[in-house]
Amino acid sequence: MKPFETHTGIVATLDRSNVDTDQIIPKQFLKRIERTGFGQFLFYDWRFLEDGSPNPDFELNQPQFQGASILVGRKNFGNGSSREHAVWSLDDYGIRAVIAESFADIFYNNCFKNGLLPITLTPEEVHQIHDRVNQQDGYQLTIDLPAQSVRDEDGLEATFEIETFRKECLIGGLDQIALTLNHIDKIEQFEKANGYCQDS
Amino acid sequence: MIADNPRTLFEKIWDQHVVHQEPGQQTLLYIDLHLIHEVTSPQAFEGLRLAGRPLRRPERTIGTQDHNVPTTDRSLPIVDTIARQQIETLRHNCREFGVRLYDLDSPNQGIVHVIGPELGLTQPGMTIVCGDSHTSTHGAFGALAFGIGTSEVEHVMATQTLSQIKPKTYEIRINGSLGRGVTSKDLILYLIGEITTAGGTGHVIEYTGQAIRELSMEERMTVCNMSIEAGARAGMIAPDETTFEYIRGREFAPDDFEASVTRWKSLPSDPGSTYDRVDIFEAEDVAPQVTWGTNPGQVTRVDAGVPDPADFADATDRQSAESALKYMDLVPGTPITEIPVDRVFIGSCTNSRIEDLRVAAELVRGKKIADHVSAMVVPGSGIIKQQAEQEGLDRVFLEAGFEWREAGCSMCLGMNPDQLDPGERCASTSNRNFEGRQGRGGRTHLVSPEMAAAAAIAGRFVDVRHWD
Ligand code: SF4
Repeated sequence: MKPFETHTGIVATLDRSNVDTDQIIPKQFLKRIERTGFGQFLFYDWRFLEDGSPNPDFELNQPQFQGASILVGRKNFGNGSSREHAVWSLDDYGIRAVIAESFADIFYNNCFKNGLLPITLTPEEVHQIHDRVNQQDGYQLTIDLPAQSVRDEDGLEATFEIETFRKECLIGGLDQIALTLNHIDKIEQFEKANGYCQDS
Repeated sequence: MIADNPRTLFEKIWDQHVVHQEPGQQTLLYIDLHLIHEVTSPQAFEGLRLAGRPLRRPERTIGTQDHNVPTTDRSLPIVDTIARQQIETLRHNCREFGVRLYDLDSPNQGIVHVIGPELGLTQPGMTIVCGDSHTSTHGAFGALAFGIGTSEVEHVMATQTLSQIKPKTYEIRINGSLGRGVTSKDLILYLIGEITTAGGTGHVIEYTGQAIRELSMEERMTVCNMSIEAGARAGMIAPDETTFEYIRGREFAPDDFEASVTRWKSLPSDPGSTYDRVDIFEAEDVAPQVTWGTNPGQVTRVDAGVPDPADFADATDRQSAESALKYMDLVPGTPITEIPVDRVFIGSCTNSRIEDLRVAAELVRGKKIADHVSAMVVPGSGIIKQQAEQEGLDRVFLEAGFEWREAGCSMCLGMNPDQLDPGERCASTSNRNFEGRQGRGGRTHLVSPEMAAAAAIAGRFVDVRHWD
């Protein structure tokens, strides 16, 4: 997993709540058996018109959001299905962090497995970022994960909570399966103690 | 008598599965049963292969093909080459890693959350995961069951455990009994409408109260299934005689059944145990429900009208109601019963079990679907299909003008060719009405099987409480 420490990038906004995983990556793209190459399908039904041409009304197609690497939503971002393809498509598109007032649990969890940082800020802070993005083309934020802070060049500074283990994994780009396998003796003990070893 | 250390159902299962715990760290939790399907597993298997890791407990891993399978003639090859490759990949992976697979030609094939309970694999007190958010369904048996992403699927494959943060507990109690024509689907839609689609975030819901105790296992599964639509990590119902009777005699029911029942009886929440949050509702307040928007919380009673966005106090809610009505092409104030439908879908892991098909068949028996409606029934599993055919339900549906299909997810998510056309309006027994869920530009109204069946006949929504 690629590590995340600090990141500065252009901010794009999606001014809506309940941006569900069916929108982030529609089902027709879930047939692929690869983990890569999903960026082209991100927000497909919103991003492209029926004939496949870019939808000029959709936020990410706006010229000022080209090259954006930070996405700001509203409430309950990523609700719906468990499809990790949603995170893979954001990542592949170039998004490194998503900021919202709240996230759905599975999406939130999936982000950490892929080096994408989900940041929960207060409704006021999220509102303020939306305002600043609207006022300034090419608006950028800097995210400092070790310091758990988000800031811009004009004095906005917000801090966020993140669980310690997740933070360490993200900063170190750690392989969580390898970490768990360090406890293999405990897993074996558990299986023995509970009569879970049918085949050994 | 109050136990020394009263614990909830959730806490008992959690405690029993802790493999390792260090202060301030996530808990390493043992997973009893891992269900896999073709869509969220290929990248996980590939991950194992790349790292040279074995699948730790193949006997605790069960596979089926459901999301992406054709529901028409299975003897024909799958036309969509990418879909076909995905299905073949699961077949190949299960063979390579020694996982039992209920493949397309198996009589037990079906939607993963339908076949787990049906085969008796789902049992009280278990931890169950699957790369699918509706894994919450299995909580109806008093199991801790939740959906995970593909990285976690790989983690479970490699270690038979998951690192988890302990969720909070949330009791939703429903007093009294549901009225005639009001189903458990209406109950859960009503609850989501009340607590919102994010109301359960970070929590495991335990449903309690008389209305829940009175539900059959099928009905309980419908409630727990949609816990995820309320944002919850999982939904649970304490096991009781209804649960034990359902499991008894099923293929994978434990050999020491009576001893297991004794064990399961110790699972329900102790008197005096407490939850982080409690909400209490009255069953008599629940009417048949119909969603009008693009998330399951945008729902109302069948005898009401389409709401006016102007009535929403919160600016974000108002804005999402406005865009939902635009997408759904609905005008505020329109009575729900005046909304015509083009399509009807009876199926999905929410409502495709034998009981669902029986009640729907009863409603349409001897009637014909409206001229402008096309309707289909997709049983949740091969076993259900067979049973329904033995009971003659297929004839009832076919004579009424419904299509009768093979088991799978089908138009619940439209990954296969079963999809809505742009602008088509559908009464669906599934669980998600997101934009484009059933086909780009398609408009989904979530309802109970009774409400869907009646809508097919009437060509619009009707209040089944007054249906004859
Ligand atoms: S029936 Fe629908 S909700 Fe259920 S597992 Fe299949 S796609 Fe998911």
